[in-house]
Amino acid sequence: MWLALEPRGQRSAFWTYGSPVLALLLTVVTAAIIFAALGQDPAKALWTFLVEPLTSASGLPELFVKAAPLILIGVGLSIGFRANVWNIGAEGQFTLGAIFGGWVALRVGEGSGWWVFPAMLLASILGGMIWAAIPALLKTRFNANEILTSLMLTYVAQLLLLYLVTGPWKDPEGYGFPQTAMFGDAATAPILIAETRLHLGVFVAFVAALLGWLILSKSLLGFQLRVLGSAPRAARFAGFSESGLIWLSLLLGGGLAGLAGLFEVAGPIGQLTPSISPGYGFTAIIVAFLGRLHPLGVVLAGLVLALSYLGGEAAQIDLGLPNAVTGIFQGILLFYLLGCDVLILYRLRFGGKQLGGKSLRGASR
Amino acid sequence: MINILLSIMTASTPLLLAATGELVAEKSGVLNLGLEGMMLVGAVIGFAATVHTGSASLGVLAAVLAGIAMSLVFAFLSLTLMANQVATGLALTIFGTGLSALMGAGYVGTALQPLPKLTLPGLSDLPVLGPLLFHQDALIYGSFILLIAVAWFLYRSHAGLVLRAIGDSHDAAHAIGYPVIAIRYAATAFGGGMAGLAGAYMSLVYSPSWSENMTAGRGWIALALVVFATWRPGWLLLGAYLFGGIMYMSLYIQGLGVNLPSQFISSLPYLATIVVLVMISRDRLRIRLNAPACLGRPFFAAG
Repeated sequence: MWLALEPRGQRSAFWTYGSPVLALLLTVVTAAIIFAALGQDPAKALWTFLVEPLTSASGLPELFVKAAPLILIGVGLSIGFRANVWNIGAEGQFTLGAIFGGWVALRVGEGSGWWVFPAMLLASILGGMIWAAIPALLKTRFNANEILTSLMLTYVAQLLLLYLVTGPWKDPEGYGFPQTAMFGDAATAPILIAETRLHLGVFVAFVAALLGWLILSKSLLGFQLRVLGSAPRAARFAGFSESGLIWLSLLLGGGLAGLAGLFEVAGPIGQLTPSISPGYGFTAIIVAFLGRLHPLGVVLAGLVLALSYLGGEAAQIDLGLPNAVTGIFQGILLFYLLGCDVLILYRLRFGGKQLGGKSLRGASR
Repeated sequence: MINILLSIMTASTPLLLAATGELVAEKSGVLNLGLEGMMLVGAVIGFAATVHTGSASLGVLAAVLAGIAMSLVFAFLSLTLMANQVATGLALTIFGTGLSALMGAGYVGTALQPLPKLTLPGLSDLPVLGPLLFHQDALIYGSFILLIAVAWFLYRSHAGLVLRAIGDSHDAAHAIGYPVIAIRYAATAFGGGMAGLAGAYMSLVYSPSWSENMTAGRGWIALALVVFATWRPGWLLLGAYLFGGIMYMSLYIQGLGVNLPSQFISSLPYLATIVVLVMISRDRLRIRLNAPACLGRPFFAAG
């Protein structure tokens, strides 16, 4: 065999963190090749994709605006993934958060009061949690696979949003467009820095990451989640409530995704429309893995993936490339990351068939 | 009435094709969640190849090859490099969704003639049975033949026994000397080819055109079908036609002008998937008895 794997016998700390870096480098190289194949000058295209979005005055704030939903969702998902709870319906929970929060915003109309925005925040968390509670209930009560149920609910959520903005919540003064009225001032996310779109959600995302890190590393709960993920049987023998942790993972993930949805519609978008997300809920899955399922890593990974959205927009405007390249690069990045992760537990051996492998391994122990 | 049954068959076939392929992969212990991505790439490649060559056969072939190519990426990562299968499958779907959108951008709005129906002189003219059984496109026949072939292969052939053994206990199969990884590669590739075929059915027959995300979750529904069937081919057929029927019903009800928002009706297949999953999964014993014991677990040949 031209390539053989040899177990290290323990996790490599170096490659735990080296793997995402290597995966990013490989993705950039692959991106250059794809750009060349699409008839672009690779250097210019990479510059447009990776650097140009950050050079303008609004570049950095926009990066944080795009990263906020990814970080919020990614923190929730990374906690769930650690416990092997595969909530891949964050996109739907995001949508429900936007719908619940949007309902409050539309009900109060132009009416103002300091309580409006906090009420929207709570409503959005509740909405995301309700949507995530369905897979949690079906998993713990009926053993139904949460991957499939949470994903099916994403389709349902998108149809529900479409129904609302084309039906009962449609703006009568919207010239027939499928959208609600713009949210009033009291129902809009406060801006942190004037002249930018940097809103409160960015701050909340960082706080969520910090809290997530504290929970995971410092609390008994975090310990239980990690044990459930790596050794479910041990978790059961130790008396940890498996269904309790499934509930917690999904409610936490759903609540944060709902919050992310609210900050999008009450922030950059300002109303409900049929397309409130360019796939944040799915991209956040990549964010969680790239961030090593660690809330602080998720912050970095969220910024990286946010750049892929900005780069995709820049490539669309400046180079006329379809927006779909963003999705391709995101998929390739996750491929490379999963591939590189083999280095955490295994060493690569190139060249001829490794006949003495067994004894060599024995000797190295 | 006959037209309704014909439409149900057309709606069921992509589900049946994709689920049959996934069944073989899962029986060998490989959980490939990338069905949706492989179907989309199959759909766009099949459509493009048909437009450019003018031959639907070449289009179908290209779609199958595209599905296989996609599944080999999955196989390399999850089998050779032992990456988490759930995550790798998701990556395949994210990648496939983007890739198909990029490749299909130039084909939106192009229309094709649907695949010709095969006619058997005499038999096709029979009342009722004629149009249903003897006047269909080649892929519908293919979906039945492939399902029967898979059922025979899994339960009546030696190779199928080996494949199931690998899915149930890869360590034991390896100890006896069976090439676990090679056979899983083959099973994964079969699943990919079938997903590509299912995609081609969408873009060449179901609605002969290309639009972004045109599979609309059918890959995921096919995954649920395998669980619904508790990994048994006969039930797979039943499930595929049940869901094809529900999909057709949701279109049919909308056509009747029922006073219900169309989005509610459109969400029926997704809700039905959840309901069916719950009904099957609540019987934990049945799932445990039928699910391949090594489903989704990585294998490393130690020594």
